[in-house]
Amino acid sequence: MYSDVFKTINQGELLHWIENSTAADVQRALGKEKLDVRDFIALISPSADEFLPKIAEKARQLTVQRFGRTILMYAPLYVSNYCTNACVYCGFNHGNDVGRVCLTFDEVEQEAAAIAAEGFRHLLLVSGEDERYCDTPYLAAVAKQLKPRFSSIGVEVQPLSTEDYSTLVENGVDALTIYQETYEQNLYKHVHPGGKKSRFAWRLDTPDRGAQAGMRKIGIGVLLGLGNFRLDAANVALHAQYLMKNYWRTQVSVSFPRLREAAGGYQPNDPVSDKDLFKIICAFRLFTVDAVLVLSTRESAKFRDLVFPYGVTQMSAGSRTNPGGYTNAESIAEVQFHIEDDRTPDEVAKTLAKHGYEAVWKDWDKLLA
Amino acid sequence: MSQDFLTIAGRQFRSRLFVGTGKFASNQIMRQAIDASESEVVTVALRRVNLDAPQDDMLASIDISRILLLPNTAGARSAEEAIRLARYARSAGCPNWIKLEVTPDPRYLLPDPIETLKAAEILVKEGFIVLPYINADPILCKHLEEAGCATVMPLGSPIGSNKGIKTRENLQIIIEQAKVPVIVDAGLGAPSHAAEAMEMGADAVLVNTAIAVAGNPVAMARAFAKGTQAGREAYLAALAPESSIAEASSPLAGLMWS
Repeated sequence: MYSDVFKTINQGELLHWIENSTAADVQRALGKEKLDVRDFIALISPSADEFLPKIAEKARQLTVQRFGRTILMYAPLYVSNYCTNACVYCGFNHGNDVGRVCLTFDEVEQEAAAIAAEGFRHLLLVSGEDERYCDTPYLAAVAKQLKPRFSSIGVEVQPLSTEDYSTLVENGVDALTIYQETYEQNLYKHVHPGGKKSRFAWRLDTPDRGAQAGMRKIGIGVLLGLGNFRLDAANVALHAQYLMKNYWRTQVSVSFPRLREAAGGYQPNDPVSDKDLFKIICAFRLFTVDAVLVLSTRESAKFRDLVFPYGVTQMSAGSRTNPGGYTNAESIAEVQFHIEDDRTPDEVAKTLAKHGYEAVWKDWDKLLA
Repeated sequence: MSQDFLTIAGRQFRSRLFVGTGKFASNQIMRQAIDASESEVVTVALRRVNLDAPQDDMLASIDISRILLLPNTAGARSAEEAIRLARYARSAGCPNWIKLEVTPDPRYLLPDPIETLKAAEILVKEGFIVLPYINADPILCKHLEEAGCATVMPLGSPIGSNKGIKTRENLQIIIEQAKVPVIVDAGLGAPSHAAEAMEMGADAVLVNTAIAVAGNPVAMARAFAKGTQAGREAYLAALAPESSIAEASSPLAGLMWS
């Protein structure tokens, strides 16, 4: 399991490289076909700034070669915002006095119909972490109910056991997304003071359990800005590399959520600038050439339109981050975070077309799940 | 040359360039590139299309009166999944031709020889015309041939790599031994690679990435058509043998010893 591997990674050495990467390190990384983590760190270091046009162009070329001029479209469906955790940065924190909802099966159907009507065939079920409302039988039933409408169903919910993930797979779930939030263990403890989420290693091993249960795609990431973003990005890179090597049948994706304003008013420790996020995306393309890289509506339309050709292969659009948000404008449910790109899916697809890219709505088939 | 048809399972094709439909920036560019390629066989990933909706943009872009739509099982990780997809395609009204792809590795998309053979045996028995995508393994090719596959489709190099023919030695053995058409699939990045495969005696080539992601996909499709044709003509004309020592183009022997 990755928690055993993680113990062997010298975080001090990673930090040393982060603080000491030079222009020569960046040039060396740019000249290599297979990068190691030290090369990755060089590419996201301040020393990389002067090489950014070259890094970006290499990332763009690799992305086009491996994925073509296509962007896979997906939508999140928030089924519940009940949560037992006390994450200091999250709108769903159980201590926040906000409206909470767990969708009934009828409400799920209405939300799903609205999402499908926009053209989406790739769906991500998202929830807060409270198994009293949103447990494995509920998620399995939702997946089974939605399977006829969607080609691919993913989950981004509380970490589950291998057996529970197997149950979800049997009911039509093919993808798992789980963010470690931060790989800095002390900080992790500090920002997750209560609830099951405070168990660092249990969360860290979640991708292993999902892959062992037969999930076809595993998505990982950190909440950029929570800790030292370069250290966190390097740890995501190592984790992705581990998953690719150990679960060779599993497709790995990486997302880049930046901390956004939410209930609770938490401010990031280490804000990530647009330029730094751009460098991180390019560096992941060069380090994990075949990984799916995801950019959500957390980012502005302007930023997404500028950066997507340089590594991104999957985007959400028209997202609602509260349960019931697609069909119930009066929903009392609090949003998890405020989206920045509020264009409709059709508007996003048209913008992609203007840039010479095709929005792909279906790139999977339920027969494969 | 006008009689130089490629025959697969009794169907004749003038063009020996097959094209794929992934990675294009739009269906319009894809259609124009297919037209420019003059290809008569176009592969479509079943996972990308909605066969329940005949108006599906990608399918509607292909002129099936002239072109054989060859559904492929891309995304399948096992024989079972590939078979499921093939049966679904046939039940949805596709012709019973199937490009069999079993690629459990999502990174390099290398084909699984064991699962491919397993699926091929079953699909052939069910009446499918099976064109399997495989690594350049001569023995596997013989097994697939014996199983009743209509062609074999060995890779030139990993899919999407554009690295050209890196499996030359094995391809030569496959071409020499095959009793079914050999279609070099995957890795061809330039028209010269297509020409090289055809000069070696391949019966056809399949190209996707190199056309779809080119600066001008339509012009590149045209170039691949020419490269494929040039290679075929060179093969039929019988290439002059290579020599490791210099040899004058006009024989000197008579002059020196007369």
